Amino acid sequence: MANLAAVVGIGQTRYETRRGDVSIAGLVHEAALRALQDADLGWNAIDAVIIGKAPDMFEGVVMPEIYLADALGGNGKPMLRVHTAGSVGGSTALVAASHVQSGTFRRVLTVTFEKQSESNAMWALSSKHPFSPHLNAGAGGYFAPIMREYIRRSKAPYDVGIKVAVKDRLHGARNPLAHLQLPNITTQEVEASPMLWDPIRFLESCPSSDGACAMVIADESLVHESPQRPAWIKGVAMRSEPTMYAGRDEVNPQAGRACAADVYRQAGITHPRRELDCAEIYVPFSWYEPMWLENLGFAEQGQGWKLTMAGATSLDEAGDIPWNCSGGVLSSNPIGASGMIRFAEAARQVRGDAGQHQVDGAATAMGHAYGGGAQFFAMWIVSSGKA
Amino acid sequence: MTQPEVLSQEFELGYTYTRSTGPIVGRFLTELRRKKLVGIKGSDGRVYAPPMEFDPQTTEALSEFVEVGQSGEVVSWCWVSEPRASHPHSKPFAWALIRLDGADVPMLHSVCTATEAGMRTGMRVSAQWVDKPQGSITDIACFVPENPAAAAEGLEKEAETDQEMIKGIEVPVSLTYQYTAGEATSRYLSEVRQGQLTGQRCPRCRKVYIPPRGSCPACGVATDEEVALSDKCTVESFTIVHIPIPGNPIQPPYIIANLVADGANISFIHLLSECVNEEVRKGQRVQAVWKPMEEWDYAMDNIRYFRPIDEPDVPVDRIGKLPVSGWEG
Amino acid sequence: MREAAIVSFAQLDCVRNAGALNEVELIMPVINGALSGAGLGSVQEVDFTCSGSSDYQQGVAFSFVLGVDALGAVPPINESHVEMDAAWALYEAILKIRMGHADSALIYGFGKSSPGELPAVLSQQLDPYYLAPLWVDTVSLAALQARMMLDQGIISELDMAEVVARSRRNALANNPHAQLKGEVTAQQLLQADPWVSPLRKHDCCPISDGASAMVICTLERARQWGKPCAVIRGIDHRIESHNPGVRDLTRSVSTEHAASHAGAANGRVQVAELHAPFSHQEIILSRALGLGDGTDINPSGGVLAGNLMMASGLSRIGEVAKRIIAGEVQRGVAHATSGPCLQHNLVTVLEAA
Repeated sequence: MANLAAVVGIGQTRYETRRGDVSIAGLVHEAALRALQDADLGWNAIDAVIIGKAPDMFEGVVMPEIYLADALGGNGKPMLRVHTAGSVGGSTALVAASHVQSGTFRRVLTVTFEKQSESNAMWALSSKHPFSPHLNAGAGGYFAPIMREYIRRSKAPYDVGIKVAVKDRLHGARNPLAHLQLPNITTQEVEASPMLWDPIRFLESCPSSDGACAMVIADESLVHESPQRPAWIKGVAMRSEPTMYAGRDEVNPQAGRACAADVYRQAGITHPRRELDCAEIYVPFSWYEPMWLENLGFAEQGQGWKLTMAGATSLDEAGDIPWNCSGGVLSSNPIGASGMIRFAEAARQVRGDAGQHQVDGAATAMGHAYGGGAQFFAMWIVSSGKA
Repeated sequence: MTQPEVLSQEFELGYTYTRSTGPIVGRFLTELRRKKLVGIKGSDGRVYAPPMEFDPQTTEALSEFVEVGQSGEVVSWCWVSEPRASHPHSKPFAWALIRLDGADVPMLHSVCTATEAGMRTGMRVSAQWVDKPQGSITDIACFVPENPAAAAEGLEKEAETDQEMIKGIEVPVSLTYQYTAGEATSRYLSEVRQGQLTGQRCPRCRKVYIPPRGSCPACGVATDEEVALSDKCTVESFTIVHIPIPGNPIQPPYIIANLVADGANISFIHLLSECVNEEVRKGQRVQAVWKPMEEWDYAMDNIRYFRPIDEPDVPVDRIGKLPVSGWEG
Repeated sequence: MREAAIVSFAQLDCVRNAGALNEVELIMPVINGALSGAGLGSVQEVDFTCSGSSDYQQGVAFSFVLGVDALGAVPPINESHVEMDAAWALYEAILKIRMGHADSALIYGFGKSSPGELPAVLSQQLDPYYLAPLWVDTVSLAALQARMMLDQGIISELDMAEVVARSRRNALANNPHAQLKGEVTAQQLLQADPWVSPLRKHDCCPISDGASAMVICTLERARQWGKPCAVIRGIDHRIESHNPGVRDLTRSVSTEHAASHAGAANGRVQVAELHAPFSHQEIILSRALGLGDGTDINPSGGVLAGNLMMASGLSRIGEVAKRIIAGEVQRGVAHATSGPCLQHNLVTVLEAA
C-alpha cells in the first residue's frame, strides 16, 4: 500500500576525531549539500527535512532542529527531529522514508549527525543524577557481560572478536571517509591492545567521531530527476522492547528478531544470507557481529561465529555475505549518524558506487541499527531493482 | 506499605563544551576580540550582524563580510526586573533587538540603563566592551545609550590582541536541577538505607523486580506489592573491567556482575570482590558485604561489594528463579 | 492517502510539581486511560507507538528509554520517539497510517519541568555561539515580541489581559486538569506589576508536570471498534529561521503556511485550541489562522492554564478531539508550537466523522 520510494542522493562528511574546521551547522550543511549535489538538486527541490541525533547533551544544544533550520534549508518547510537512542540514525531514515511512502511529500532530505568532540561521550552518557540505583561502568560495562554470555552459550573461540576487529578495519581502509585508517592492522595488534571490559579490547571497540550523513529520498515519480541509480526501499521496520524484564534474552533480543522478520517479509526475503548481497550492520563492539548474524537469521543459533571465522563476512576473503564493507561502526562512530551511515552505505552498495569497498554486482542490501540496551532496532532493505 | 520519604536532591548538569566555530562564526568572534563588529551580506543584499553562516532564504553558504557600526537603534526591548542567575547582569537590565549601523537584520544583546524609564524603542545605543575581550559574544558587556564621547574613548582603548583567527571557543553550560526520585525508587532506597533489599512483584506475571521502577516493564502494569529479598545472589553474568569508573575509587581490574537476589527474577549490577577474577562464573553464589551501618544512606553503595560464599553453583536454568529462602544445592 | 482519526485522549492534571512521580509513574495512567478509552486492553493491540519528550527537562539523557517501561512492550512493539512535543509524534504516527504500516497508534507526551528552571533551560535551544552564551530565556524573547506588537499598535495591553482573563474563566468552566483558573477581569489583571516588561507574570504560561496520550486509527478500525472519533482532515507543520532578527515576530508566517497546507480555511472553525505560551501569542496565532468571532478559542484555557512542556501541543489536539467526539462541535483546529517566539508550528484540522 505504501508508495514506492528510493534513495536518490547520499552525502557524508569524512569521519574524524574532531572536525575543528566547522561549526555544528557547518557540519550538517556539508553532508546535506553533498546529498543534494549527488542528487543534482537544489535546496528548493526538498519538501521536508528530517533530522536525527543521539542525546542533545553531546553538543549541549537543546532540540537542535530549532538552531539548524537555516543550515538545512528548513525555512518554510516541515522539520522533524527523531531520537531513538543509538538506533536513531536508522530510525531517522525510516521516518524520512515514511514522509514519501505515505504520499505526503515527494522528496525529502534527511540528515543525522554527532559532533562528539564538543563534549565527552562518557560524561554525556554516564548518569550522574542522584538516586540512580545502578552502577555505571559505561557502554562497555553494560554490553561485555552479554558478550560473555554469548561466548559461553556458543562456545565460540576467544579470537572471534579479534577477527571482526581486523576485518572491519581492513574494510574501513578501503573507505576514504572512514575515521580509523588502519590498513596494516593485524590480529596480534588487536590481541595486544589493552583489555577494557573483558572480552572487549581497545581495538575491538568503536571510536568516537565527528560527522554527518545525509540522504535525499524521493517518490518513484521524481526518481528520474536525479542522475544516480536509485536505491529502491523494499522494506522498513522498527521494534522496541524494555531495557530489562524478567526472562529477557539480552544475547538474542526478541525485538531484533521481530524487526528482521518484519523487514524480510516486506522485501520477500526468506534466506537473508543467500538473498542479500551484503549488509551494513551496527557492530560497535566486535563480538556483536556473530551475535547479530544469529539474531538476524544469517546463521543458526550458536553458529554465527563460524561464519565470521570462515571469512563469510569479509570482503578481503571474498566472503559470500560481506558485512560492513564501509568499515562499519568499528571504523567510524558519530553516534547519532552511525545508524544512517549503515542505511546509506547499504544504498551505495546497490547503486554500485561504493568505490573500493563495493561488493561486485550487489543488488540487494540491508541497513541495520540498534540502540539503548540492545532494545531499539531499525532496519531497511534496499535494492537496485524496482520490482 | 509505608509511605516513603520523598527523596529530592539538587544536582548540576554542567560541562564546558569545546565548540569549533567554522570560518564565519570564527571571523565574527575574532573581530569581537579586536572590538570590531562585522556582519555578512545575504543573497538579497541585506546585512546580517552577527553574520549568519547560511542564507535564511536560499541556504547558500555566505562569505561577504561587511564591517558594521558599534552603535545602532533599538528595534524592540524588554525589561528584566528580576535577573536570573544565568543572566549576564545581576541588576535589572534590558534585552534588545538592535539594528547596528550598516546592518539590516537586528542582533540580540543586553542594554544597561539605570531604570526601565531609560529604555525606548528607536533609541540609539552603543556597544560597551569588556576590558579584555576573549573572542566571545560576551566581549560586548552590554549596549548603553549612545554617547559619542564615550565611544571615542572606547576606541582609544582598543585592545592589542592576537591577530590569529579564532577557530574554537569554550562554552560552559551549567544547569541546576532539583531531582526527585520516583515513588518506587524512593521506597526501594528507603529500604536499602535500612540494610534491606526489596523488590516489587508484578500483579500479572508475578515476577519480582529489583530495583523496582513502579511498573512491570513486560506487562506495563503498576507494581506495588513489596517483596523482601535476600542479600544472597547468584551471578548471572559479569565482566572484568580494566578501566576506572569516573568518580568511583575502585581500582581496576575489578568485576562488575549482573546478580540475581534470591527471591527476585531479574538481575541488578554490582561489584564483585574478594574473589579470584579468573574463577568467577555464571551460577556462582555470592553475598553482600555491607558498609558499617552508620554509613548507610539512600544508595546501593551501602553494599560495598558482593563476595563469593561457600554454596554450590546454581544450574543455568535455575538462575533467576530461586525463592527468597535461597539455594539448597 | 488513508485518513486517521482520534478515538481517545487522556491527560493528567497539570501540576506545578509532580513530586515523587518518575516518568513511568506519570506515563502509565495516561496510557491506560487512552487505551481503555479506545476499548483496548494493552499496547499490544495498537500497531505503532510514538512519544515526545526532552532529556533537558530533568537533565537526564535518554529519559524516553525509561518511559518504555510503562508500556508493556513484550512482545516487542513497533515504536519510535521524537525529541519534540508529542504533537510531532502524532505527525509521525499519521505517516505510518497513511503508508499502510499501521491501522492504529498510541501517542504520548510527558514532561516533568519542575526540577529545572525551564526558561533558562530553553535558552540553550538558541544559537550556540551568539545567543546561548547570553542565556536569553524564553520569557524575555516573548517579551521582545510583545513589545513589537504593542509598539506597532497591533495589540494593546488590555487585549493581552483579556486573553488571560478568558483563559482563566474557560479553565474554571471547562477544564478539571487546569493548573490556573478563576474569575478575574482584564482590568484587575492590569493592576499587576510588569515582570519582564511588557509581560506581566500572568501573560506567561505556568510551568507544569504531567503527561497526555491519545489513540488514533483508521476510520475503518474506528468503526470496527464502535468508537466515535474525530477525523484528522489535515495536519502540517512548518519551521522558520532560528535568527529572531530575521523573522517578523509580529506574525506567524509558519502557522499561516501550515494552516493553508492543512486546509484550516476549508470550513467553519467552531473551536480552536492554540498552543500560545504567552498571551500575545494567542492573538498572533488567531490572526495567522484567520479566526474570527465564530470560533471558540481555547475553551480549555489553553497553555496559560497549564503547560505540559512536550505534551502541550498533543493536548491541544486532544482537547479539540474531545469536543468533537462528545458531539459538541463538528469542526475545529488545533495548534502546537516549538522553539522561541513561535518558531515552529503545527496545525491540525479535525472534523466529526
